[in-house]
Amino acid sequence: MATLAELCIAAVAEAFRTDRELVGTGIGPIPRLGVGLAKLTHSPGLMMTDGEAFLVEQPVPLGPRSYDDRKPAGYLPFSRFFDSAVWSGRRHAMVTPTQVDRFGQTNLSALGGTHAQPKTQMLGARGFPGNGIYHANSMFIPAHGPRVFVTGEVDRISSPGYNPARRIAGGNYSAIDLRRIVTNLCVMDFGGPDNAIRVVSLHPGATFDEVQAATGFPLIDAVAGETPLPSAEQLDIIAALDPHGIRHTVLPENPPAQRSTP
Amino acid sequence: MAALDKRMTAAGIVGRLRSGMTLGIGGWGPRRKPMALVREILRSDLTDLTIVSYGGPDVGMLCAAGKVKKLVFAFVSMDAIPLEPWFRKSREAGAIEVLELDEGMFQWGLKAAAFQLPFLPTRVGLGTDLIELGGLRTVQSPYDDGEVMVAMPALKLDAALIHVQRCDHRGNVQALGPDTYYDEWFAKAATECFVSAEELVPAMEDAYPEDARANLFERCFVTGVTEARGGAHPTSLPPSYGWDMGWMKRYAAAAKDPGDWSAVSAQFVGASEAEYLASVGGIEAVGALPLPIF
Repeated sequence: MATLAELCIAAVAEAFRTDRELVGTGIGPIPRLGVGLAKLTHSPGLMMTDGEAFLVEQPVPLGPRSYDDRKPAGYLPFSRFFDSAVWSGRRHAMVTPTQVDRFGQTNLSALGGTHAQPKTQMLGARGFPGNGIYHANSMFIPAHGPRVFVTGEVDRISSPGYNPARRIAGGNYSAIDLRRIVTNLCVMDFGGPDNAIRVVSLHPGATFDEVQAATGFPLIDAVAGETPLPSAEQLDIIAALDPHGIRHTVLPENPPAQRSTP
Repeated sequence: MAALDKRMTAAGIVGRLRSGMTLGIGGWGPRRKPMALVREILRSDLTDLTIVSYGGPDVGMLCAAGKVKKLVFAFVSMDAIPLEPWFRKSREAGAIEVLELDEGMFQWGLKAAAFQLPFLPTRVGLGTDLIELGGLRTVQSPYDDGEVMVAMPALKLDAALIHVQRCDHRGNVQALGPDTYYDEWFAKAATECFVSAEELVPAMEDAYPEDARANLFERCFVTGVTEARGGAHPTSLPPSYGWDMGWMKRYAAAAKDPGDWSAVSAQFVGASEAEYLASVGGIEAVGALPLPIF
């Protein structure tokens, strides 16, 4: 019986389906396992790093292992990363921002207060501004709620989205490419009018109304069905990439993919 | 012609620095930070510094000690402890000015400085709050496309601090490990670059000629060198040693309890580098720190 985390991993893999050769970066266990699953099934052109500086053709399993398990096939240190992957557009990243708004603008920098004195300082913008303007991006949100999917705009815009009010004349925004948002409740995309966010599949047992209630802005109901359960083959691959079961710790109480009826 | 014997003491290097300077610090988060030199700054009366760093505990400690006037950063993190607690305290107290950048535009600013240009154009920052909050300006392509881009200003450094495995007295450096981040651009963006090394050898061509490809930047960019064994601790220096997770946990916990840097600074800085190294178990203990697995 698949868990919700495993269902999310399969949904992440689907978001990374591609016939291009590009770097797939999944930050965090579920996005990383999803990229690995995509690479080992339908999208062998995906490139992955060992989490450090080397490109690997066999995705690196999560957690402790023999260092020699890693077999570098290529080299992608930071000094090449922006040149080769980000600013060339040859990358698709999945990240977990702290806030997301209806335009797909995200925040990883700070919450509340002022720029001079934020109420809560977080990481900083990291690579979000460049990622957002240059290559495809998706998101994984493990706790779908209105504190993440905020009403109005995010407190600080760390990565650009589809907000026309934030565009300056003459700028090139053509590479902004927001793909999918996988959450613990559903899969969403940006396929509505003016890139409005739509719910495209619900995880088994979730309802559109429940998703809408957990979201601070209106969603478009484009639900085509339930998010597919991972196949036995997919589950085997996921288990091999996560031998210590780190995926089981991501979602509270590690719920099953199929909710039990109350 | 400048003297080619660039050997200095750590205190001598810090003695060359002045309050109010802009200092670049190499490394990345909890990796390859020139912590022995940072500790020497923490032992000095330098203040009012502008720090340019892909920040880790270097930034947190300098902020906690009140050394920082302004921070130029894209993140401050200890990786396994994602949010650097002492940096957060400074920010949430409104104690420091910041220029928040994207990781890529940050290196672009170093490259502009290295190439002696006032700025380099980029799309990075468009559609985000970085431009307005950072006072960044735009520039229009003079060609037919007419594209409007962000003009990333040069991040000109008064001095850069870098830690490597080896150097010689002339400033030839070798940095091993899979990644050296943007250390070469810190060196080239700076008026003066000071390097600490695990090992100071008499002549690199005699000691390690087979590792010449580990030379990150040419010795003309090096002003001073000093030997500092364990000089990156508590950050990692692959393949020599990993980061010190126990240290980072104690340091993070101290930000909550007692929460006052002056009460704990001796524990994390030491009165001297020798005392500091002894307090963390000596160079043998540092050398035994396992490399992190990702």
